Amino acid sequence: MKILVAIKQVPARDSQLKIASSGKWIDETDLAYEINEADAYALEEGLQLKEKHGGEVVALCAGPARAAQAIREALAKGADRAIHIEEENMGALDPLAAARLLAAAIRAESPDLALTGLQSDDLGSGQTGVILAELLGLPHATIVMEVEKRDGSIRVKRELEDGWFQYVELPLPALLTIQSGIKKLRYATLMGIKKARTKEIKRLTAGTLGAPAGEASVEMDRVYLPARTKRTQIFEGDPKEAVANLVEKLRFEARVL
Amino acid sequence: MSVLAVLEQRAGQWSRMSFETLAAAQQIAKELNTGASAAVLGQGLDGLAAELSAQRLDCAYAVEHELLKDYTPDGYAMALRQLIGHVNPRIALFPHSYQVRDYLPKLAASLGRVAAIDAIAHRIENGRPVFVRQLFQGKLNADVRFAGDAPWFASLQAGAYRADRVVAGSAPVERFAPRLAAGDIRARPGEPFRESQRAVDLSAAQIIVSVGRGIREASNIPLAQELADALGAELAASRPICDAGWLPMERQVGSSGQTVAPKMYLAIGISGAIQHLVGMKGSHTVVAINKDPAAPIFEAADYGIVGDLFQVVPELIAAIRQSK
Repeated sequence: MKILVAIKQVPARDSQLKIASSGKWIDETDLAYEINEADAYALEEGLQLKEKHGGEVVALCAGPARAAQAIREALAKGADRAIHIEEENMGALDPLAAARLLAAAIRAESPDLALTGLQSDDLGSGQTGVILAELLGLPHATIVMEVEKRDGSIRVKRELEDGWFQYVELPLPALLTIQSGIKKLRYATLMGIKKARTKEIKRLTAGTLGAPAGEASVEMDRVYLPARTKRTQIFEGDPKEAVANLVEKLRFEARVL
Repeated sequence: MSVLAVLEQRAGQWSRMSFETLAAAQQIAKELNTGASAAVLGQGLDGLAAELSAQRLDCAYAVEHELLKDYTPDGYAMALRQLIGHVNPRIALFPHSYQVRDYLPKLAASLGRVAAIDAIAHRIENGRPVFVRQLFQGKLNADVRFAGDAPWFASLQAGAYRADRVVAGSAPVERFAPRLAAGDIRARPGEPFRESQRAVDLSAAQIIVSVGRGIREASNIPLAQELADALGAELAASRPICDAGWLPMERQVGSSGQTVAPKMYLAIGISGAIQHLVGMKGSHTVVAINKDPAAPIFEAADYGIVGDLFQVVPELIAAIRQSK
């Protein structure tokens, strides 16, 4: 089975975020980056499917030069090869424009199964996977917790709300968006890191893909800190003192102790 | 050129966010000096259509087809594309449910558009809606506007609009029969089900101590358990802790776990992603302990300690034992 996994590189989870002077995005200087969490799980699922059924795993990532780090990590964990769509300004693309770039690269690979995370930790719009399925004419399922390959099809367990689940069967080829936690993530081994250096990374651009992004249909024109609407009493400083203040409030103000 | 609310039902019951979307559609229509209408998809919709006919709407559309009996993204996207061609709304609004997440991006993309997803508020500027949505798990907000022509699509976060603001009235019901063929639908959906009976009913707990990523390692879970024991509380967790297997899934609070509203909810090392907040924001008193002063959990908290939980929690355990 040929499995393609689309991954995104996002600011590390505990980053202290500052708004850029343009007011349209965050200030990216000094930020550390990592593979988007749900995409890391999509990669893990892809690797385990390959280990069970054979085939290859191709990692696909669109982003600036720094995204090479995410690609190297995917290769070190076991992806067989990678495609890097070099695009300096992914942030200027809306999800449809970004998906058009990715779709052009995926079409050329025609995988049996395309996987990606259910949403990104930065923009969090959760749209790219589903839009990709539409652009590629593939059936899809989202928020997937389990994948079972059958003959010419796959059976997946989808997460619904409030603890409900559902099995769905899809013909192959298909696209799935993977929920965090589907499998236990592996670490790259020393051997994996060494082997990654010899693996193929195909570098493409919007130009070479022949995929003009087109006009954006939604624009993010201001990014800002949310205004606090709730009055939260915050205690800082010495832990012992902060705890004493908190317990006092919980006993005599909130009356919950 | 109106505002269309696309509502959600399962087995003849409204999903709980449906009337929030209806209220939003009525409000936005008023602000744009136009009318609102509503649509529901499925099979055998008489009862639901009758309920919609008692609301102030230009029209209630019952989109019926035997292939819409069970939800599939192919069926819903195809039926809605036809309905939108028929109704020609300026804006189509959806509840931001797991189902909508599954088909709305497909529907919008098939019309060359991108939906403003998971909006928490809106305003009207120059006759166009601007939606506010959250980035970075709620740490930042962004204003999203539509650059291209209508129809525009947006989904609304649970709780962003109030269902009790729906204005009653009357509406004609129109039955809309989309053209669908069995071959159009590629997914074969099974019946929704719940995992085996839950052994832990967190919704009955008076006090909940809930633990998040900040706990760092499975070996630190007993620290949270000790606090829970001192308080006579149930121990719960945010999703990543259960994903990692450090606590069983049945102790998960949030959109994919349990919804709780205890007297006191103590969030330990939980950043407060929206998926977690929707599961606990009804709690009477919320206490958050987190090292990041910008963590969204503090927005939901009544009391907060900014600090290292490994220093704060042992002090808290000692103080609670002493006060008893």
